[in-house]
Amino acid sequence: MEFKDYYQILGIDREAAIPDIKKAYRKLARKYHPDISKEPDAALRMQEINEAKAVLTDPEKRAAYDQLGEHYRAGQEFRPPPDWDAGFEFSGRNYEDVDLGEFSDFFTDLFSHVGRRGTRSHHRMRGLDRHAKVFIDLRDAYDGATRTVTLHAPQTDPQGHVYLQPHNLKVRIPKGITEGQHIRLAGQGHPGAGGGEAGDLYLEIHFTPNPDYRVEGKGVFATLLVAPWEAALGTSLTIPTPSGQVQLKVPKGSQSGRKLRLKGRGIPSSEPGDLYFVLNVVLPPADTGKARQLYESMARDIPFNPRQKR
Amino acid sequence: MVENNIVDGEILDEATLTLEEFAHACAVERQWVKERVESGMLGDGTHYISQWRFTSHDLIRARRLRQMEYDFDAVPELAALVADLFEENERLKGRLRAAGLPFH
Repeated sequence: MEFKDYYQILGIDREAAIPDIKKAYRKLARKYHPDISKEPDAALRMQEINEAKAVLTDPEKRAAYDQLGEHYRAGQEFRPPPDWDAGFEFSGRNYEDVDLGEFSDFFTDLFSHVGRRGTRSHHRMRGLDRHAKVFIDLRDAYDGATRTVTLHAPQTDPQGHVYLQPHNLKVRIPKGITEGQHIRLAGQGHPGAGGGEAGDLYLEIHFTPNPDYRVEGKGVFATLLVAPWEAALGTSLTIPTPSGQVQLKVPKGSQSGRKLRLKGRGIPSSEPGDLYFVLNVVLPPADTGKARQLYESMARDIPFNPRQKR
Repeated sequence: MVENNIVDGEILDEATLTLEEFAHACAVERQWVKERVESGMLGDGTHYISQWRFTSHDLIRARRLRQMEYDFDAVPELAALVADLFEENERLKGRLRAAGLPFH
């Protein structure tokens, strides 16, 4: 495990006062907030700056960290000495109110066990709920699926230190789930304290981007490319959809942008969504003598000006 | 550690959360939720607490509010304004996606 220099992460000096730490934190949080940042490592950077703030704005944690960090540099191989925090009292946030899955092994090794001593552990307390994002294919929403989710559950070693144990959980993804919905898995959150029951696990569902389909709620959208004569004269096409092949009638006189709706062919549920094909008329290139001749013939024989207002 | 049993869950919007469950899922006090519902920042505006039920959308929004308040020391109204803007942004991006238009 590498030593993390929280001062370096926030770009502050070791004497920085709490208002300066918060200011530095906010500046970086704005830059790396995962909801808006386009930086490729935004989630990791956000985790680091959250950790740095959690430690450096807590006077007790900061004092212990400062003493420990005197002899280490960022990136240096690091293992916390036994009882490194002896003599420090921790009363702030501990692993019972922080989702350790959001913090690094470094933070967890240092601070997860604090607050577990003393009277608190004798209280019967329900474990924290956990949250995780799961990416599924659109097809999984139509058919249902089973996904393996890797979680890091806190475990306690014989010395009373908490460490994160990877834990794979096979989860059934129910048919009909949509983007942004949650699946609640009862009892799969953090373990309770003092005999309290475990928390729940909430899986927030997201669809992996699909080159063929776009999803809005339970509605599914696809682009259907058609030739000018198919759009003008109408046609019947056999086309694939997430729920199998269908026969789709393109009405004559169609234009680009026209939406053809297949009722109930969107994401299934008691009230299933619809599947929409948005027409896009594609012109054949005039790259042969015959094609040029046909275009010239149309230009001559069809009275048509697309810029003329009707 | 690998668990071979397949775990079944429930889709949240088919089984919405009570105030107690919702506060626990957001790691906040019930009072925190109550204040934000009563001031119109969360929930569907139902008047009676005993009828309050929270959906997936509420859960995402409440965790975002809490994050904004915690990360930036934002007052609840400012956090709610930011959450509103996020949601509007997501709605517009959804419309662009549905129209097959890029948004980056």
